[in-house]
Parts: sequence; C-alpha cells; structure tokens
Amino acid sequence: MYRYDAFDAEMLQDRTAEFTDQVRRRVAGDMTEDQFKPLRLMNGLYMQLHAYMLRVAIPYGTLSGAQLRRLGHVARTWDRGFGHFTTRTNIQLNWIKLKDAPAILESMAEVGLHAIQTSGNCIRNITADPYAGANAEEVDDPRVWVEAMRQWSTFHPEFSYLPRKFKIAIGAAPNDRTAARIYDIGMKMRRARDGKLGFEVMVGGGLGRTPYLGPTIREFLPAEHLLSYMTAIMRVYNRHGRRDNIHKARIKILVASLGAEEFARQVETEWEALDKAAIDVPEAEIARIRASFASPAFKTLPAINDAVEALKAASRPFAQFVKHNVLAHKVPGYVIVNVSLKAPGEVPGDCTSDQMDAIADLAERYGFDETRVHFDQNLILPHVALEDLPAVYEGLRAIGLATPNIGLTSDIIACPGLDYCALANARAIPVAQEIATRFADMEVAEDIGELRIKISGCINACGHHHVGHIGILGVDKKGEEFYQVSLGGSGLEDARLGDIIGPAIAGPKVTDAIEALINTYKKERTTGERFVDTYRRVGLAPFKAAVYAEAH
Amino acid sequence: MPKLIKLIDGRPAWAEDPFLAVADEDAMPGQGGVILSLTRFQAEGEGLLAAGRAVGVRLEPSEAVEGLAYDLPRLAMVALAFPKFRDGRQYSQATLLRERLGYTGEIRAVGDVLREQANYMVRCGFDAFEFNDNTGPEELAYVTHRFRHVYQRAADDKTPIFVERMKGGADA
Ligand code: SF4
Repeated sequence: MYRYDAFDAEMLQDRTAEFTDQVRRRVAGDMTEDQFKPLRLMNGLYMQLHAYMLRVAIPYGTLSGAQLRRLGHVARTWDRGFGHFTTRTNIQLNWIKLKDAPAILESMAEVGLHAIQTSGNCIRNITADPYAGANAEEVDDPRVWVEAMRQWSTFHPEFSYLPRKFKIAIGAAPNDRTAARIYDIGMKMRRARDGKLGFEVMVGGGLGRTPYLGPTIREFLPAEHLLSYMTAIMRVYNRHGRRDNIHKARIKILVASLGAEEFARQVETEWEALDKAAIDVPEAEIARIRASFASPAFKTLPAINDAVEALKAASRPFAQFVKHNVLAHKVPGYVIVNVSLKAPGEVPGDCTSDQMDAIADLAERYGFDETRVHFDQNLILPHVALEDLPAVYEGLRAIGLATPNIGLTSDIIACPGLDYCALANARAIPVAQEIATRFADMEVAEDIGELRIKISGCINACGHHHVGHIGILGVDKKGEEFYQVSLGGSGLEDARLGDIIGPAIAGPKVTDAIEALINTYKKERTTGERFVDTYRRVGLAPFKAAVYAEAH
Repeated sequence: MPKLIKLIDGRPAWAEDPFLAVADEDAMPGQGGVILSLTRFQAEGEGLLAAGRAVGVRLEPSEAVEGLAYDLPRLAMVALAFPKFRDGRQYSQATLLRERLGYTGEIRAVGDVLREQANYMVRCGFDAFEFNDNTGPEELAYVTHRFRHVYQRAADDKTPIFVERMKGGADA
C-alpha cells in the first residue's frame, strides 16, 4: 500500500503546525467562531451534541496495522476507547476536546494519518472499491488513481471554498461496489476496445433532501486525463453552483437544473480550454504510485485446503463464517475476510481500541499488514491465506468480531443519529440494535437471505437510507421519534432509490413493521429470490397492507 | 480606511493606493485613478480611458471574467469582491484571469478578505489585498510560507510535489 514519503510527511507536519496556529488564534480571540469554523471543519472537527467530534480520513479505506493501532491509541488516550467507522470509510471519534486536537493530529501524522478535508465545503476523502487489489474482476487498481486524486485535491487553492461539500468515489469493476451513482462524482474503471484504460464519469448523484442517481456525462475518459477533467468539472461547479441556499448548493442541483447534457457540454468546453499537460500527473508519477500498490508476495497455494474443509464440516459457526464473510480472492489459495462490526445488539460500525489492536495484529500476522474499511461500516482483511483462515477466525472470535452476518438482516448501516449528531431528528443506533437482535438467529437470517437495511437519523442521509433494500429515516413528530420506511433501493449495480411505503411509524413499532415486511417477502418470494427482487416484482401493495394492518 | 498590501516580487509590503473606489451612486471624481463596478465601467469606462484616466474594475463573484476579455489590456487593475470570506468563486475568477486571459496586472482582493484564506488567493493569482482583519505584511508573509510544498499546479509558479519527486528532491 501507499506509504507517505518525505514530501507527504512534510505536508502533514506543515498542516499540523498551521492548525495549531489557527487554534491559538481562535483561543486568543484573534478570530471569531464564524471565521474559525471552516478552518476546523477542514480539519475534521465538528461541534456535536456533547463534545467535538474528530473525523479522521482513511483514503480509499486502506489502513496498515500501525495506522489501525494508532487509531486505537488515540481513541484510548483522548477519547473513550472506541471509534465509529462511517459509510464514508472514515473513522469518527466522538468525545474530543478542542485543546487536544493539535496533539492528536501530531500523533496521527507520525503514521501518515490525518483529518484533512474530512469536512467543510471542499473535496472530501475519496473512496474506492473496498476489495481493490484482491478482486479478480477489477479492471485496474483504483487506489492508484484515488491516491493521485488525493494529492491533487489536498489544499487545492481553487477548490477549497466550494458551494458545498464534494464527495468522489471510484469503482474498479463492472460490478460496482462503491455506490458510485450516489456521489457528487462517481467513476467506474473501464477498458476501451483497444485496451486503453479509462473511466466512465457520473456526476450529480447524491442522497439527502433531493436524492438523485448521477447521470453519466462521459462514457470514456482516458485515465491519464483524470485530473484535468476533474479540474474542469470542479471549475464549472465552483463558478455556477448555487450559494444562496444551502439545500440547493450540491452539484446534483446544478446538474439537474442545467440537464446532464448541457452540464457535460460546459465541462467539455472548459476541459478543451485547459492546459491539460500542466495539471495531469505524468506517467512516471503514476508508475511510482502504482508500484506502491504492487501485490504482496503471494505464495503458490492449493485452491482447496483440507484443514479448512474439515473444520467447516466439524464446526457450524465456522462454516457459517466462511459462507457469509469470506469471499474469493484473485489469487488461488487466498481469501478476502470481511470483519463484521455488526454483532447484534452492538452499535453498527463501532470498534473498541482493543479490537483495533487485535485486528492490527491479525493483519500483520496473516494479512500482509493491510486492513480496509467498507462503506457498509465493516472492516476487511483483504489478503488472507486459506490455510490461515482458522487462526484468523479464532482471533476474531476472541474479540467478538466473528459474527457471520455480512449482507444479512442484522448487517445494518446506521448513522450516529440523535445519540451524537447535532442535526438528527431521531435516534438510529437503538433502532438498528433492536432489529438486529430480533433477527440475530442464524437460521432465521439465512432463510431471509440478502437484505440490506439502512438507517439515517435525518434527511441528510448519512446512513444511505434511500438506497437500502429497506430504508429507515428518522423524523421528528412533535418531539416524538417517528420513522419513514422505504423499499426497493440499492446503491450498487441495480441502483435505484427506494419508494416510501406510507405514513411514518412510531419508534416502538418499527421492528414489528420490519418483521411484517419480511413475512410478506417470505409469502411472496419465488425460490432463491432476494427480498429486493421480490419487492420489485410484486410491488408495494402487499408490503404496505401488511405493515399498516399490523399497526392497527 | 482599509490599507493596501501588495506583493512586490512575491514580498508583501504596505502600498499607497492610487485608486479611489467609486460606488455606483457616487459622483465621479475629476481626476485620479478609480475602481468602478462592471456596470458603471460599461457605461462610463470608455470616456475615462479616452481622457487618460487609470481605471480598474471591481467584479462581483457572479460576474464572468470573460466579459472583461476585450478591455483587460486597458485596465489598470481588477478587484475581485468577497461579499463573504467563505465565497470561493473568486479563486476561479483569478485563475482564469491569469491563465486563460493572460492578465498580468494587479488582481486585488476586496471585501471580507481574511488572513487564513490568503495563501490560496496568492496561489490563484491575487497580488494585492485589502484585509478585513488585522493582517499586515508580516502576517501575510507568514501564512503564505507555511507550506514547504504544494501538491498541484496553480496560477503561481510553485513547483508541485510530483515534479519535485522526479527531480529526486528531498530524501523521498
Ligand atoms: S443522517 Fe442526519 S442524524 Fe444521521 S449523522 Fe447524518 S446528519 Fe446526523
């Protein structure tokens, strides 16, 4: 994986010094809170309900063992001994004191971690396919390009005071695992017929109050022009995006009001006028970055391991773990291990400092020192030898992280909601906990099969509820927590926004409503059909009838 | 009265302001340099220039710099207004003035201009500042030299890190 060189390290040092000085000016009263706010936001510091929250960037979701261990250390030393992984593949620390922020940033910078541009109206941490470098289907390793973009977008003088925040994702394979169409810019790697590498470019997706799936504005962008083309998009947006109304300031509104075609025309015109050669990074630099993502030294191993097969036959939990959490790797004899942070009853995405240490140990010992964060708020050990799988499983079990529920009902995405977030209407975490607990039984969960439930505590949609097979949105009704339920959404290859089923449901009734939906699915499904496909085939009526009949 | 700081050969210093900012409703002074809004410049600029007066134009962030393309060679300066320090359109305006329109004259930041954004302004081509806080030349020099490197090209002449790397600089 990419390791920061002397230049990257000096950038981090200078940034820490800059922020330390900015905090000093603020404390001395040399700046107002209004003037300080965008500066601290661009360093990931939010004022939340109870304290400051620090959001740490995890570019393309990749962490070394040392970095993960350092996050554990920071959480233990300056927070309450745990962190929260988000749908943006960042980690959030919820109980930070402003005066500690410079020391935290300094500690993190030692291992190449930072909070640069994790908030504010700038280009945010960029996400990539979580299985990059391990997935046989990928066209190219997207991290190479995301790293080039990370550098280009860091402290970009022209694009740091945009109309609104700006989020970018790059998918690596035809089978999109990044939910690219719900980003301000989503890209998918492609190869042209002549073998040239490039991207499909989608612009103007986003959730929140006005959800859109981003339209494609260019079918094929030659990879070497990635940064100049991004510059053209950003410039059109920076000049013409709305600044008069915060709810209309995202690029999706500009794209929707101009129309995708006209927006694309403006971008192309700007791009033609740009000095591409000055902006695009030369091949040698791409090659340098690429070298840092070279495959680890995989051994030649048999594709089937007898000990693993024997353990699967002997241990039901292990067999379930393999079935649900372990994926094929591009190299025979290796697997991808998903680590669920969704043990039923726990807070989705939360991870304690001790767990971080233990996962870092496992990664160093069995996983070429690499871990990933998945936007489903789970972790990944991307390169595990099959022969080490039993040991990894045991290691995870020992820290309570071997729940075999990836993609099942209890693998719920939930934003921090009213337990932490100053913008929330309602709690999200307890709703997730209650549903997960009710469907914790493996037999029940396996019978239901793939079901993606996503919960947001307000319309900002950090929990991606619009693209949940079942989406749950917290709304406030005269001080009481109600939840609006939607069905049929997806952010992946079958991208679609969910349909709202009817009036919002009172908090205590939500789990019953989910059960009614699941029972309807069981009644209506054909053999092997997923929940979302049954819904899309039979439509809203039977689901709606079931939920509102039970509510009476 | 706001005081003017200019970059002379990249070094900030206090400067005499030879221009008077004339609001749309103000009477036109009989002599001396003036800074006009785009509307007033379009109405009265021709006459003033013909009379040999130094004329600058103040653009609001919503006004396209391309509209000045024809007049740029005759302008004494361009002021870009920051109604709020958080507005970011001026960074694109300045970049386009320098890179696309080849403008080499003064680009001045006016309005809610603050120290902590000044480095980005300089990188995008601003070379004159009317600060709205207590920033002086020393403070400006400090914030524009905080970073030893830059990651990307902009309208200044800084060498991006990817070029420094190829030259084998630092101990990268
Ligand atoms: S969706 Fe709303 S409540 Fe949840 S984290 Fe985002 S802003 Fe907060």
